[in-house]
Amino acid sequence: MSGADNVVWLGTPAFPEAARAALADTRLRANLRRATTTIRDKRLAATAELDDWEELRERAAAVKRRTLRHLDHHLLRLEEAVTAAGGTVHWAADAAEANRIVTHLVKATGEREVVKVKSMATQEIGLNEALADAGIRAYETDLAELIVQLGGDRPSHILVPAIHRGRSEIREIFLREMGEWGRPAPEGLGDDPRDLAEAARLHLREKFLRCKVAVSGANFAAADTGTVVVVESEGNGRMCLTLPDTLITVMGIEKVLPSFADLDVFLQLLPRSSTGERMNPYTSLWTGVTEGDGPRHFHLVLLDNGRTATLADEVGRQALSCIRCSACLNVCPVYERTGGHAYGSVYPGPIGAVLTPQLVGVENAASLPFASTLCGACYDACPVKINIPEVLVHLRAEAVEAKRRSRLLPTAEALAMKAAGWVMSSPKRLAAAHRLAALGARLVARDGLIGSLPGPLARWTGTRDTPAPAQESLRAWWRRTKAVNETQGRTTAEEEGRR
Amino acid sequence: MRIALFITCFNDTMFPSTGRAVTALLERLGHTVEFPQGQTCCGQMHFNTGYRPETLPMVRRFAEVFAGYDAVVAPSGSCAGMVRDHHRVVAAQYGDTALTEAVDQVAPTVYELSELLVDVLGVTDVGAYFPHRVTYHPTCHSLRMLRVGDRPLRLLRAVRGIDLVELPAADSCCGFGGTFALKNHEVSHAMLADKMRHVQSTGAEFLCAGDNSCLTHIGGGLSRLRTGIGTLHLAEILAATEGDAR
Repeated sequence: MSGADNVVWLGTPAFPEAARAALADTRLRANLRRATTTIRDKRLAATAELDDWEELRERAAAVKRRTLRHLDHHLLRLEEAVTAAGGTVHWAADAAEANRIVTHLVKATGEREVVKVKSMATQEIGLNEALADAGIRAYETDLAELIVQLGGDRPSHILVPAIHRGRSEIREIFLREMGEWGRPAPEGLGDDPRDLAEAARLHLREKFLRCKVAVSGANFAAADTGTVVVVESEGNGRMCLTLPDTLITVMGIEKVLPSFADLDVFLQLLPRSSTGERMNPYTSLWTGVTEGDGPRHFHLVLLDNGRTATLADEVGRQALSCIRCSACLNVCPVYERTGGHAYGSVYPGPIGAVLTPQLVGVENAASLPFASTLCGACYDACPVKINIPEVLVHLRAEAVEAKRRSRLLPTAEALAMKAAGWVMSSPKRLAAAHRLAALGARLVARDGLIGSLPGPLARWTGTRDTPAPAQESLRAWWRRTKAVNETQGRTTAEEEGRR
Repeated sequence: MRIALFITCFNDTMFPSTGRAVTALLERLGHTVEFPQGQTCCGQMHFNTGYRPETLPMVRRFAEVFAGYDAVVAPSGSCAGMVRDHHRVVAAQYGDTALTEAVDQVAPTVYELSELLVDVLGVTDVGAYFPHRVTYHPTCHSLRMLRVGDRPLRLLRAVRGIDLVELPAADSCCGFGGTFALKNHEVSHAMLADKMRHVQSTGAEFLCAGDNSCLTHIGGGLSRLRTGIGTLHLAEILAATEGDAR
């Protein structure tokens, strides 16, 4: 049980239906095309600079795979180190437990509001909603998360959650909503990016100075020293991590690294893969609490929420190596056209298509493993070498098996697959099927082209002409012209060898 | 060298001309091509759609039918990739050690056409003549699964008379993706639209690729829009000589 949370958004239709609406949204398409193209080119330039890029990927993949094999060991080491440095470690089996822990910790401070560092883990568990239910206001301080929160919206990208928004939309949201949450947007606000950033700066500043509690996620945590790491671009995270009295960090258990020295590899890979920068502007590291410097209370909540179940899958577990850089989203031709909302999960794109079904059970996100052409661009871009196409086809098999188990098969597709399998298990049947298809094609084709076909095949012929099957298959041509002495199922060479 | 032709079920039925072209080309280069009549399908559609038990008999048949050749050539990057990368996964999943061993024997002998020509036979100039403007789309599986790199382009550049023009955003997927084109047909169409726009921008008469499945998808769209741009498998351009009229 993974808990009721944001891993999948209830009420979102299956991917093909959700994608249809996204494809028709011309503003969304333009925003996505511009943003993904820009970030893709930046990433290529930033990775091409390093001669040892492939070696770095290998090393990172090896560290992650090795760490996952002994995850329990490293987590206990981390707990020990964080505790020794004056922090408190909490263990949360699922989203509900993590939300309970954080809510209780905030209430214990007597505060009714918190500032938040951009965090996927807290998005995943729906922390803001849980805090709101307990009468606590959570303020997102990452610019893009702020846009999403003010817009009453959902994130559509792991790194750039407001990637689906253009600047005129952002201006409208700021003018309409900022006053509801605190300092209103300046009058006469334009849509120049500098003016929008300044409006956000003024709006957030009062919250940084007022709030006594901050909630963050973590990019990494070193088990040997107990050091937790957050990387970001704006410095708003740094404000949250240093100004408040109490800091609560929610971290997926797979984020642990064995050693502080491992950061060497990951701090090179992450910024180049995610924003296409050599180094991210702000890297914050803290180890427990330090007298007279930063928060006086530090809590680390270690979140499972479906991760140990994922770890049990020999093929699928590699998805837990993900460092949330979102390079796979930016290079994905499907994501580029649909955006993130169509995936119906806080984790969209190729990594979402392999992570989400594993976290919630494949039967609860059955359309996601099929939301890919298996083109492989994601695998090439992944800095920790997650073979996403391999996991996708693995999960497709699980999705079909899940249907078999729950007796949702046979569907029309399953029957077609069974029939095709029967035909393909015999060259005689394949030849017969060809003759039948060629005959049928004569009835529907005009000038050798098929313009429309009935039923589900109309999805194909709706936008494509299709050549009719050849009147003579290659098999038949070969037998007629080349292999007079051959018999069915024998190779020519065997025949020749005997002669 | 004993070279077996694995035509693939799709080409056998829909594009036998590609198989005839591969045969003509290899025979022109002085090799003998054999066609094992027991061949059917690599099982890619079943495997990629999640139907593993149905894939197993096809893996078994392939390993039996194509055992013992020096090389097996497939005029399809994705089918060659299926055999080389995934047959072992299927065999191992069902705990069939004899089959796993058989797959390990046969899989490394399977080549996509451009690999066979450049790596095994050591030729890039195959003596072809094709006086037309052509653009080349590197299909995803040949590019990112088999890593054929620029082998097809090296072969095309050596064709006499050809006017080879670069395809913008060539390495972007065309949106076919097997059953993806049916399950997610609207996203597939959106990707196809961009691919067609790029193809049209080259002013090419022909779009060339190493996979007829992707070409059926792109060509089907080009035909529906009456662009007048044709599609040709790499083998058919490489097989063409002065005597041919096209």
